[in-house]
Amino acid sequence: MFNKIMVPVDLAHTPSLSRSLELAAQLARQNGATVWYVGITADTPGKLGHTPAEYAERLDAFTASQVETHGHDAASTAYVANDPAIDLTSVLLRAATEIEADLIVMATHGPGVTDRLWPSHGEAIARRFPGSVFLVRQDPIHPDERIAT
Amino acid sequence: MSDNPDPSLSADTGIPEPEGVSDLIETDYEIGQDNLEGSLGPIGFDIHNPVFAVSGLAIVAFVFYTLALPDQAGALFSAMFDFVTKGFDWFFLGAANIFVLFCLLLIVSPMGKIRLGGSEATPDYTYLGWFAMLFAAGMGIGLVFYGVAEPMSHFSSSLGGVTVGENGVRTDWAPLGGAEGDEAAAIRLGMAATIFHWGLHPWAIYAIVALALALFSYNKGLPLTVRSAFYPILGERVWGWPGHVIDILAVFATLFGLATSLGFGATQANAGLNELFGIPIGDTTEVILITVITAIALVSVLRGLDGGVKVLSEINMALALVLLVFVLLAGSTVAVLTGFFDYLWAYIEYLPALSNPIGREDVNFMQGWTSFYWAWWISWSPFVGMFIARVSRGRTVREFMICVLLIPSLVCVLWMSVFGGVAIQQVVQDGYTAAQDADLPLKLFKMLDELPLTGITSLVGIVLVIVFFVTSSDSGSLVIDTITAGGKVDAPVPQRVFWAIFEGAVAIVLLLSAGGLGSLQSMVISTGLPFTVVLLVMCVAIWKGLASERKA
Repeated sequence: MFNKIMVPVDLAHTPSLSRSLELAAQLARQNGATVWYVGITADTPGKLGHTPAEYAERLDAFTASQVETHGHDAASTAYVANDPAIDLTSVLLRAATEIEADLIVMATHGPGVTDRLWPSHGEAIARRFPGSVFLVRQDPIHPDERIAT
Repeated sequence: MSDNPDPSLSADTGIPEPEGVSDLIETDYEIGQDNLEGSLGPIGFDIHNPVFAVSGLAIVAFVFYTLALPDQAGALFSAMFDFVTKGFDWFFLGAANIFVLFCLLLIVSPMGKIRLGGSEATPDYTYLGWFAMLFAAGMGIGLVFYGVAEPMSHFSSSLGGVTVGENGVRTDWAPLGGAEGDEAAAIRLGMAATIFHWGLHPWAIYAIVALALALFSYNKGLPLTVRSAFYPILGERVWGWPGHVIDILAVFATLFGLATSLGFGATQANAGLNELFGIPIGDTTEVILITVITAIALVSVLRGLDGGVKVLSEINMALALVLLVFVLLAGSTVAVLTGFFDYLWAYIEYLPALSNPIGREDVNFMQGWTSFYWAWWISWSPFVGMFIARVSRGRTVREFMICVLLIPSLVCVLWMSVFGGVAIQQVVQDGYTAAQDADLPLKLFKMLDELPLTGITSLVGIVLVIVFFVTSSDSGSLVIDTITAGGKVDAPVPQRVFWAIFEGAVAIVLLLSAGGLGSLQSMVISTGLPFTVVLLVMCVAIWKGLASERKA
């Protein structure tokens, strides 16, 4: 059903990605697809590397560890954005086109008040990407919370 | 951005090629390690705690003080202004001379070959986009505000000649010895003095800060904050309180520098709107202006560096160019063009005397104009410098210095020659003195009155002030946000929104306070003084940093 599954990763917050990473790996094994991890960095030194090249090394290491844990096919690309906080969505959409992804699996936070003003990156991607998008909430939902806000 | 056809922006189509040789500084400090990450209600934040909290609270306390005790604050501010501009005039002038010489030295030295971002780095922006951004951030509203006003003032005061008060101190505002009764000499001296304030010196100040930040961030791998430049001198201590103090100073200087410019912008836009549409001059209009313009700046910061700030800077440059060409063609073109070279020559001729820091007799000019300007440029330098650094990755030191120092200086000479030249010609040839007699913010519009299509050009003038205003406010918010986030450029977006609104609020409160623009200016000058010391030390750090880069 899918050939290339793109998974945007925020290397600074990998614990909050666990469910989306696991899901992407499952889907890849079922479909014989490749998971493509995409990370975005600024060209200024940051927590995850002094240079974009260092960041890319980290992303490779992350990819290797995922393959080891889940045993699926995987690849990764690091992208540089001048203003990552703003350009994230547009860079991810371009990445999806360039790697020819047919599914994007993406972690996202639960709906909140601010989403009315600022749609989350996941929402923005789902609205603009022509392929399929699977938004994964990190926390399992509690029965009492099954009311849309 | 995803469909941007501009190949020069290809740096973000993927990881750049290996960055080549650079000499990373090994430190155990991890960027963001002192940051406080969390959320306030639904809004996430990621801030460097001492820097964010101290600068934020101190600015709020300052604003409350000016509002609660306006008279005392007003007196204190004017005392501070006098103390700093009069007591430290030699220091500002001397330091600025050192900066110019240091920049010129870097252009010709072999260190000019070193590339920011490593030997293989490629530039993120085209020359045009890069140039538009550094120019819009660097000069901004001041060019529009003083373009006619300053050459005119120096011309008039030079023509008036020297007057000496009872105590033997000169009471006139003429630069150097003035040029009493000699119109041609007064024009040359006036233009030379103006160009002096907008030429090499301000751009050298910006270039030093920008180079230091770019070098220590892109080549040495330290966070993009002002403290990083002090690593060669302070070592690991830059991550503690000495570093916090430097960053807090930078935030102060930036915020008050911006607020002053916003104040100038609001008064001039108001004056223009009054002239054109009869909109009343006063607090209400100015507050509305600042609010509207801050709102536009908000949209721009939310669109980011490429989608907002860069686009506005380019619009800005286009508008400024249109106005410049129009004034040039509508005014006495030939006289102004020949004037350009004449004024440039006059600048070079008078430069040694004008930049001399000691034993000057023209105290009013030196303290009231030069000293204030140097302090103003210095207080702007963390902001403009960081902004220039952020967009200059991939340039060599020589290319950087030529483009940041020489080209903008020449553009300023051209701008002043055209606006000041046409206005002075109006006085000298046509006997039209409305611009000469008008208040500072109005001089530009009075000059435009004499040229054709007044309605349109005045409107362009007002729009230009407003767009300059917006580009200063949005790039300023990005810079303060980066400093208060410990050098992270990807902090949550609400933070930059907070700073954009905060800047507007400070400008409004201070404009409404008893001292008005005066209290803003005193704050600029007062933060400029300690920052001059910071800049001098920076020169040493740059030298050390570049030297180690050559060995790598």
